[in-house]
Amino acid sequence: MNNYLLPLASLIGAALVIVLLVVYQRSSLATSTGFGRFLRRNGIVVSCYLILSLIGWLFFMIILPQLYMVDFSFSQNLPPSKIGGPEDVYTTQNYEYLLFGPQGGEESFNWLHLKIFLRTIIAAVVVTIIDLAICYPVAYYMAQVASSGRLRLLALCLLLPFWVNEILRAFAFRILFGSGGVMNSVLMWLGLTDQPVDFIRADVALYSGLSYAYLLLMIFPLYNAIESLDHNQIEAAKDLGCSWWRVHFEVVMPFAKPGIASGSTMVFMLSCGALAAPQILGGPSSLWFTQIIYQWFNTGGNWPQGAAYAFVLLLVCIIFVMAVMKLFKVSFGEIVK
Amino acid sequence: MSSNVELENLNIRFGDFHAVKNINLNIRDGEFFSFLGPSGCGKTTILRAVSGFNDPSDGQIRIGGEDMLGYGPNERPTALVFQNLALFPLMSVAENISFSLKVRGVSKAQRRKKADELLDMIALSGQGDKLPSELSGGQRQRVAIARALAVEPKVLLLDEPLSALDLKLREHMRVELRRIQQKVGITFIYITHDQGEALTMSDRIAVMSHGVMQQVGTAQEVYDNPATPFVASFVGENNSIYGTVTRLENGYAQIKTCFGELTGRNEQNLAVGDFATLFIRPQNLSLMADEPFENIIETRVNDQVFEGEFEHLHLVGDRRNLVVSLVNDGNIPAFEKGALISVGFKSECAVVLPAGDMAYE
Repeated sequence: MNNYLLPLASLIGAALVIVLLVVYQRSSLATSTGFGRFLRRNGIVVSCYLILSLIGWLFFMIILPQLYMVDFSFSQNLPPSKIGGPEDVYTTQNYEYLLFGPQGGEESFNWLHLKIFLRTIIAAVVVTIIDLAICYPVAYYMAQVASSGRLRLLALCLLLPFWVNEILRAFAFRILFGSGGVMNSVLMWLGLTDQPVDFIRADVALYSGLSYAYLLLMIFPLYNAIESLDHNQIEAAKDLGCSWWRVHFEVVMPFAKPGIASGSTMVFMLSCGALAAPQILGGPSSLWFTQIIYQWFNTGGNWPQGAAYAFVLLLVCIIFVMAVMKLFKVSFGEIVK
Repeated sequence: MSSNVELENLNIRFGDFHAVKNINLNIRDGEFFSFLGPSGCGKTTILRAVSGFNDPSDGQIRIGGEDMLGYGPNERPTALVFQNLALFPLMSVAENISFSLKVRGVSKAQRRKKADELLDMIALSGQGDKLPSELSGGQRQRVAIARALAVEPKVLLLDEPLSALDLKLREHMRVELRRIQQKVGITFIYITHDQGEALTMSDRIAVMSHGVMQQVGTAQEVYDNPATPFVASFVGENNSIYGTVTRLENGYAQIKTCFGELTGRNEQNLAVGDFATLFIRPQNLSLMADEPFENIIETRVNDQVFEGEFEHLHLVGDRRNLVVSLVNDGNIPAFEKGALISVGFKSECAVVLPAGDMAYE
């Protein structure tokens, strides 16, 4: 298949250009509508560039690699010599493995991996909730309360720490929460504990690291949503008898729902798929599902198995997000606004 | 229980800016009271202080005799209609109207009943399930008023609620607002920079300028007997002519102006030698015909502007320009530009006030 890909792509590209040229010839700016008008307005060169780059991006960057992965996930893990041979047939065994474990194993289900999978989803939900709880007040303050000078300062304070790269940040957190780290030193100095607390094993470091890593992805959609709320509506709600928390529950939050949804989706998806933070900050007994995927690809050398695992994670995450959006009555169009 | 609003020595400062200066006022129970003034005169600040969004720097606000200090907007017997209405866009019209009842824990059925009642009152029966965005400007306006009335406030505060409407609708809504106020019988405090609104709707008007209350009175009092040059020049059209008081007689003052000696009522106890301004309304100036006037001004025509009911003559003097408004009875002669004419007025139609700040200049 690889050998034909390049000529095929060039052929499709050439065909597209010809189609565009024909449409261009037959259109005019005054009478045409839709596509013809688009071509006339932008000129043939710019139009071709726009359309081909869009298709190229969609196809080569998004669809094609994922198709390869789907293909992988239904393949057998064969040595290179046997690829294309009689044994190279499609199979669902990689997916079955996640559910039922190795054939002839002791247990009827692959509880080890399924539990890790479930725990990853739940942990990602927890991280999302933590981020929402932290970011909502900050975003509200930035959007409705802060003066413009204060707002710039705050945005800078939020952005600057993210110049530090992920690995460095994760290790810094490890030191912070380690048995001889700053947290424990302070707690012991205050006399709150006489033994160092094992923050790593208790996953405190992991949750803190992940929540911190995706803070901005929550704050900015929230800020955008709350910023567009007319301040008079907040005052009107107060005037009509709302206490401060009711103002938020009745007026601000419903208005900011698309922002909340889009922030939560991003944080949840990225938490589910995080690798570095769980690797560095996770306790010895807490494996993240992405780590298992990584092991299949890397140390296990079993790409088909890894691809199947990764796909299940992706699908379940999408279904989960859709279900939650349905529950809170948010439409997909609102999120991307 | 009475629900008069008393402002006592009310002062409001924002840093160095003294927005409201020493206001003393008693707005009576059930009164339609307007604050009239140009933007930045402090009228909205007073309204926000009464509704609880900002606190007085000095002085007291009492509603029904009770000091309101320390009560938040949600605890006061007031409801505010915002300039941009601030309807909740995601709630239906009925939900908007009954929002305050929901907050107070009223059952859904009762809320709906109250909303329907209010929808009837504002002539929007059966439109409760629409979204505010599906209504016209005037309808949204009425929904905002109904929403504020749903709490059954003792005082309804309105912050220039008609300013976004077009002229015809605005005139219609004036009548509508007055009707609603008379129906519910509560105190309305109305903020506006539009003197037409204030004059047509209000029981009494307070004219404000630079945080100072210039005059309080009925529409007629404010219009016919302005207390300061600001009021005279802000409320309605007025010609102003400067001069010095030369003679006092039976409540009239004669002043020496660039148009010669002119006489008007002396309501502010001016003394001989005081700097003064004489105000005469354009419609009180008449062309010289048979009638002998006490005051005569000779000047030149600059322009003649037709406006339907009236025709306006713009006259230029040596130092002052004047406007004469003539009722269009079909017999107004056409004047040539530069023609010398005489106009006159009766002394009782003019008022002489101490020289001071004017509204426009």
